[in-house]
Amino acid sequence: MYNKEKLEALKAERQKWEETEIAKVLTKKPERKEKFLSTSGYEVKRLYTPEDIEDLDYSRDLSFPGEYPFTRGVQPTMYRGKLWTMRQYAGFATAEESNKRYKYLLEQGQTGLSVAFDLPTQIGYDSDHPLAEGEVGKVGVAIDSLKDMEILFDGIPLDKVSTSMTINAPAAVLLAMYIAVAEKQGVSSDKLSGTIQNDILKEYIARGTYIFPIEPSMRLITNIFEYCAKYVPKWNTISISGYHIREAGSTAVQEVAFTLADGIAYVEAAIKAGLDVDEFAPRLSFFFNAHNDLLEEVAKFRAARRLWAKIMKERFNAKDPRSMMLRFHTQTGGSTLTAQQPDNNIVRVAIQTLAAVLGGTQSLHTNSRDEALALPTEDSVRIALRTQQIVAYESGVADTIDPLAGSYYVESLTNEIEKRAAEYIAKIDEMGGAPKAIERGYIQQEIQDSAYKYQQEVERGERIVVGMNKFQIKESAPKGLLKVDPAVGELQKQKLKALKAERDNIKVQESLEALRKAAEGDDNLMPYILTAVKQYATLGEICGVLREVFGEYQQSVIL
Amino acid sequence: MNRPIRVLVAKPGLDGHDRGAKVVARAMRDAGMEVIYTGLRQTPEQIAEAAIQEDVDCVAMSILSGAHNYLFPKVVQLLKEKGGEDILVIGGGVIPEEDIPGLKEAGIAEIFTPGTPTSVTIEFIKNNIKRN
Repeated sequence: MYNKEKLEALKAERQKWEETEIAKVLTKKPERKEKFLSTSGYEVKRLYTPEDIEDLDYSRDLSFPGEYPFTRGVQPTMYRGKLWTMRQYAGFATAEESNKRYKYLLEQGQTGLSVAFDLPTQIGYDSDHPLAEGEVGKVGVAIDSLKDMEILFDGIPLDKVSTSMTINAPAAVLLAMYIAVAEKQGVSSDKLSGTIQNDILKEYIARGTYIFPIEPSMRLITNIFEYCAKYVPKWNTISISGYHIREAGSTAVQEVAFTLADGIAYVEAAIKAGLDVDEFAPRLSFFFNAHNDLLEEVAKFRAARRLWAKIMKERFNAKDPRSMMLRFHTQTGGSTLTAQQPDNNIVRVAIQTLAAVLGGTQSLHTNSRDEALALPTEDSVRIALRTQQIVAYESGVADTIDPLAGSYYVESLTNEIEKRAAEYIAKIDEMGGAPKAIERGYIQQEIQDSAYKYQQEVERGERIVVGMNKFQIKESAPKGLLKVDPAVGELQKQKLKALKAERDNIKVQESLEALRKAAEGDDNLMPYILTAVKQYATLGEICGVLREVFGEYQQSVIL
Repeated sequence: MNRPIRVLVAKPGLDGHDRGAKVVARAMRDAGMEVIYTGLRQTPEQIAEAAIQEDVDCVAMSILSGAHNYLFPKVVQLLKEKGGEDILVIGGGVIPEEDIPGLKEAGIAEIFTPGTPTSVTIEFIKNNIKRN
């Protein structure tokens, strides 16, 4: 972008400035630290100048919003056309309770739903399973059958809202339930919009709610890609997630690298299953974290977009520009919240919100201040939503597209993150791709090393966490936290019992047998699951059949 | 008796958040302890069984899913039944302050909430294991 002569002159001037001005200041007063290191481990320089982005080619590296390589954003007008979707992840206890919370959030101006399921649901157990004891309704809503799903969306028109569901191993079952509920509302599946997370690889890496081994899991995922391309064309069939990888302790660079490596594995699996890349790739979506290092985060989002566009174009020969667009949801960083002085978390979340918006996110969940202590109360959730609204309507950052582009630092950082992430991906390619790297424990080990390093830095006081290892105060226990009624487990058990008494159990058995046969063969399993769901077969019954056919994943324990 | 302190780090229940458990386990190991990590999704029975078989001095459990009030006391109870009543049991995770007295009454020696330095947990174990 700059001519050689001017750069040479600039270099000389900068050196002079360092040797005179800076040297003079440093003799009197050293800088706060000898080295300023980012969380990803590279050194942050004192000053960035055109020298740091001398090779930057505007058309090649940045281009225009909505144009390859999408560094500046995926839509031509970005937030000037439409603000990001404000989507708070919510759900707890029973379908009835969660339905109330969703209606409240919609009344407060939220523009999309995001369903949190409890752990038994996420792992494919009914509420009466022995392993579900103590967990029912705790981290999300308990869904055992279509009956619960009907209650969950009661009075919410599914052709009007978009719904994101954080569900992975049993994603096909919950998607089938959603389609069935919509049908009962008179909404055909081609009108449905939303997302299922459906990203099993990061479950093995970081999140832990896997059920089946890698291969059958990848089959279920490609089955969903194929089914949705035909019948649910507006649905985001996967949300390839770096969020949990970051929460598990990765750096920003690792978050990009491992997420895109997972993405590559899904694309490869779908192509191998006979799908055309441009048939399914436009429906792939991503999910990233937003942490406190504002500028590193903005650079991370921009780097991820550019790198994914190149991968889709160069590696997979995608032709449709939509296949190359990295569209993503963001959630602010849960692991950055402190249990100490929880109101400080509001400020952290505000910074992270800025990072996500300046990075061009398509939708955003802001965490609540009390989430290091318990599930958030209604008051806390409202403040979190208001934080997004203040950034959207008052800060001005949504009025022009990608406003940090051209910053010497941000552009240099964008290059750096892309380069380092690409190096990781090359390494994973050498191992045979993400599934193999996961089996070997490589990705998990890299993340754990970063997590441990971070913890040590905090404990040595090299990283300051305000209110936690510095600026502490004496605090009394916080009051008014949300408590999930322990009776929820019993309630769900009773509902299950009643359901099993009133449904047509012969038809349930038939549908489950048909599913079993299909699972043993090569058919797309979606239609079989949909049939079983409509007969009110439970989630546990459906996953139980698949467990018998597919077996279960055995975690490799790495310390 | 000079053998190193043996600790079983365990993840009871269905919770998949194991960053904390692994970081603590590694810090214990760096502090000279012998650490066995169970991996995810352990039932209270499996944890108690492993603790007895591995002859540990301490069981350190982590839960972030809210199921602690059920799962922690269950492990203590099973340890007692299996003759492991001398084993020190501690817990950590996202645990509301108001739940802590009940858990202590149920036999969990200490609860470490978010922000606790690993050194505090390690000191606690050194000072409280019940052997010579």
